[in-house]
Amino acid sequence: MTSDLGTRTTTTLDVARIRSDFPILQRTVRGGRPLVYLDSGATSQKPVQVLDAERTFYETHNAAVHRGAHQLAEEATEAYEQARATIAAFIGAAPGEVVFTKNATEGVNLVAYAMSNAATAGPEAARFVVGPGDSIVVTEMEHHANLVPWQMLAQRTGATLRWLGITDGGRLDLSDLDTVVDATTKVVAFTHQSNVLGTVNPADVLVRRAHAVGALVVVDAAQSVPHQPVDVRALGADYLVFSGHKMLGPLGVGVLWGRAELLAAMPPFLTGGSMIEVVRMEGSTFAAPPQRFEAGVPMAAQAVGLAAACDYLTAVGMDTVAAHERALTSLALEGLAQLPGVRVVGPLTTEARGGAVSFVVDGIHAHDVGQVLDDLGVEVRVGHHCAWPLMRRFAVPATTRATFYLYNDESDVAALVAGVGHAQTFFGGAA
Amino acid sequence: MQLDQMYQEVILDHYRHPHHRGLVEPFDAEAHHVNPTCGDEVTVRVRLDRSDGVTTVAEVSHEGLGCSISQASTSVMSDLVTGRPLDRALAAQEEFRLLMQSKGEPADLDQDLLDDAMAFAGVARYPARVKCALLGWMAFVDAAARAAGTED
Repeated sequence: MTSDLGTRTTTTLDVARIRSDFPILQRTVRGGRPLVYLDSGATSQKPVQVLDAERTFYETHNAAVHRGAHQLAEEATEAYEQARATIAAFIGAAPGEVVFTKNATEGVNLVAYAMSNAATAGPEAARFVVGPGDSIVVTEMEHHANLVPWQMLAQRTGATLRWLGITDGGRLDLSDLDTVVDATTKVVAFTHQSNVLGTVNPADVLVRRAHAVGALVVVDAAQSVPHQPVDVRALGADYLVFSGHKMLGPLGVGVLWGRAELLAAMPPFLTGGSMIEVVRMEGSTFAAPPQRFEAGVPMAAQAVGLAAACDYLTAVGMDTVAAHERALTSLALEGLAQLPGVRVVGPLTTEARGGAVSFVVDGIHAHDVGQVLDDLGVEVRVGHHCAWPLMRRFAVPATTRATFYLYNDESDVAALVAGVGHAQTFFGGAA
Repeated sequence: MQLDQMYQEVILDHYRHPHHRGLVEPFDAEAHHVNPTCGDEVTVRVRLDRSDGVTTVAEVSHEGLGCSISQASTSVMSDLVTGRPLDRALAAQEEFRLLMQSKGEPADLDQDLLDDAMAFAGVARYPARVKCALLGWMAFVDAAARAAGTED
């Protein structure tokens, strides 16, 4: 690895070549500044390969999938199901275990609502029923998407919400794991990789404890599937969700992966066309998974685009992506540590850590840091990052967050660090 | 360069040395507002005075957590409304709201009424920051409405 901050080459990745695939990275912002995009944790940019795949679908195959018998319908259905197979292979799953959702948030809601629907769904759904006396366990570092749906499930069913805390260093506090997750626990839901702290959680420890008490495990992989190799079999969870748009794919498509035997027994969430077996005025029966969970005409073009994104990432290699981001994260942690008055919220080394670097600057609110960075063309996220309880845990109103991806390089990190220094100069004495 | 247009000296001065900061008693009503997109929050307290048939904003105090724009705007607002008849204070709020919707091209605004608040014209060029600038004003309107209600 080179530590020359001025170049566009890094690790084993040819970043210049990758950047040439992303048209938006060629544009300028705020009066001619080159764009330094450090907000991929919110949404990633899209390579032409993904844009072309989506466009080609519309130009040559577009039809409503799983309906009709004409040639376009056959081709569209084939493209949609091929996309499912590609995406399943990307995470080590069987195609029938991949349910398309609009995003990770919908995936979590799908499971949470299916669980409350289980109470009236018949004996095969009994294992999903939660109620008074049961507990649902999350963590204090969850994105609202993996917290609020569980709060609501608890509210609907009378179950109790519990959570694992966080250490000052930004790791899950597992000291009371065996008491928080106990015989009453029906679900353990946790983020694989924190969108704020960057922390990669010990999935093996959590899965082992959850399964020891017979609880289902739901993993929010919105920040891990795009940035590190993820194999659902190795992970050992029961459900896993992620969003396409954070991994070079289009907006509006995400995935819920679930174990085949669980999906087969789970009642539906959204109902309507496509997800039925037989419909009579008196009542209906439902299709087998994954169709049971895909009511309505699905986002076929977006699924095709997401498959193209998986192909793109596979060609680069997820190990390579992860190593590249680790190198950039290490540089960012080092660079920010050089600035007095800047404190990183989260692990200070790259061990079990992804490329989200959140920090606070003494005397300068994150909004103002972000404004100065934006003026320099450096686009970061500021605020609570949809993880308000986590902000409270660290007693900060907001943080500035930089996130890295395969199209970033050392010069982007250098621009970040210089920009934060510039903010300190600009607001000097403002404390 | 563009930064200087946004962060006018008036704004930075009020941010560094906020006026009317620190909640005081007595007060007639208070309002707590949050900006759910960023977590900023402010509490504004209002005390009204009614004499000779005119309701006047006798005192405003505030406390909160937030960026320079929200903190400075709340400070400027407190200066502007204190001592003013309530209807003029609410008129100032309406002018300020129009200024924030102006996308940085203010026209037909009562600049005398807005006074130091005109310094926030540059903020209107940044849609993401408009809510910051409005936070304290919106809390004032709420608190004043409650205070006026308690007086009747």
